Amino acid sequence: MKLTRKNFLRLAVGGAIAACSGALTRTVRGQGLVGTQPQTDDGVRFGMVIDLQKCRREAGCSLCRQACHQAHNVPEIPDPQHAVKWIWNEPAAKVFPAAGESFSARTLPEQLPILCNHCQHPACVRVCPTQATWKRGDGVVMMDYHRCIGCRYCMAACPYGSRSFNFEDPRPYLLKPNPDFPTRTIGVVEKCNFCEERLAAGKGPACAAACPQGALVFGDLSDSASAPRQLLEGRFAIQRRPELGCGPSIFYLV
Amino acid sequence: MNDRWLILGGLGLFLLLVTWPLWQGLAAGTTSAGPQLPKAKAGTVCVAPVDWMRSSHMELLMAWRDGKVRRQERTYLGSNGTSYAVSLSATCLNQCHGGDQEKFCSRCHAYAGVPAPDCWRCHVAPVRTAALAAGGAQ
Repeated sequence: MKLTRKNFLRLAVGGAIAACSGALTRTVRGQGLVGTQPQTDDGVRFGMVIDLQKCRREAGCSLCRQACHQAHNVPEIPDPQHAVKWIWNEPAAKVFPAAGESFSARTLPEQLPILCNHCQHPACVRVCPTQATWKRGDGVVMMDYHRCIGCRYCMAACPYGSRSFNFEDPRPYLLKPNPDFPTRTIGVVEKCNFCEERLAAGKGPACAAACPQGALVFGDLSDSASAPRQLLEGRFAIQRRPELGCGPSIFYLV
Repeated sequence: MNDRWLILGGLGLFLLLVTWPLWQGLAAGTTSAGPQLPKAKAGTVCVAPVDWMRSSHMELLMAWRDGKVRRQERTYLGSNGTSYAVSLSATCLNQCHGGDQEKFCSRCHAYAGVPAPDCWRCHVAPVRTAALAAGGAQ
């Protein structure tokens, strides 16, 4: 068969397209644009189990919030649109909207504490353009305020509303500043850091230590002998919106 | 030669204007001497040789910042073999340099005409903690 001019051009163009698409796929994969995973894995996954039965006994209590906000210089801004929160109480119907209509929702306390879920697959980390937020090998989702440019992509991405933006200088709203922890500045996003500064000193999170009922139990979820895992073995626990696939590390015992 | 006084007067005025900053400086009593920084606390040794710190402290601070926040490097082995806790306000400022960034950092930066970085918009020197609530420790 004679190779016509038309067929020669067809073959050349088809071959070029095949070669380019192969190279493009390899480049995209190599750059990690397809499926970003945490950089390292220490074999530890820090998480928390919140016992709602115990939490319910102290209805109206906000000691965990006070301890956390005091330890981390979280400002008390009266304007709810500018408020900054690391751990706080929210109505059960907002925390578990799917359970809001059912009769079993009555087993939940009216208000329950919520904080950053320190997800296994954090959406905030995927969208951050400056890598100011990242997931540590031990599962703690960290913030580097030095790098944050205040774009608030992470706030849009987080399905749990765990992040707050500093719309104004937080310093005038500090009631009792803690000299051992920095404040934040206008224009950065902040959230719960799972008390990483206390973890480094061998202590548990401040919220768990402040709870008079011991309702907040912190530990390594990958260790089957840890306190939170022991609780999860024996009782039914729910996560916030697990269907989204973020893999929250905060479990609520009902 | 009738313009003699006009020319001399003009020259005098010109000299006065050209040397004006000198007279102004003399009147205000400014000197070129650097600020007297508070001496480091007795018995403390800097993490690195003083000359290197004077020229390159910013590099050390950046390395400390990235190491502590992103790699959990919380102690630093100094050039003298001593181990230091990595902390801007607790170690650098409070342990050695007088506890107040206005007296140690800001004065030297102002003298050198180098805009101070914004460390102190978030970090806080312990002596300034009380003023924080009033928004006074910028």
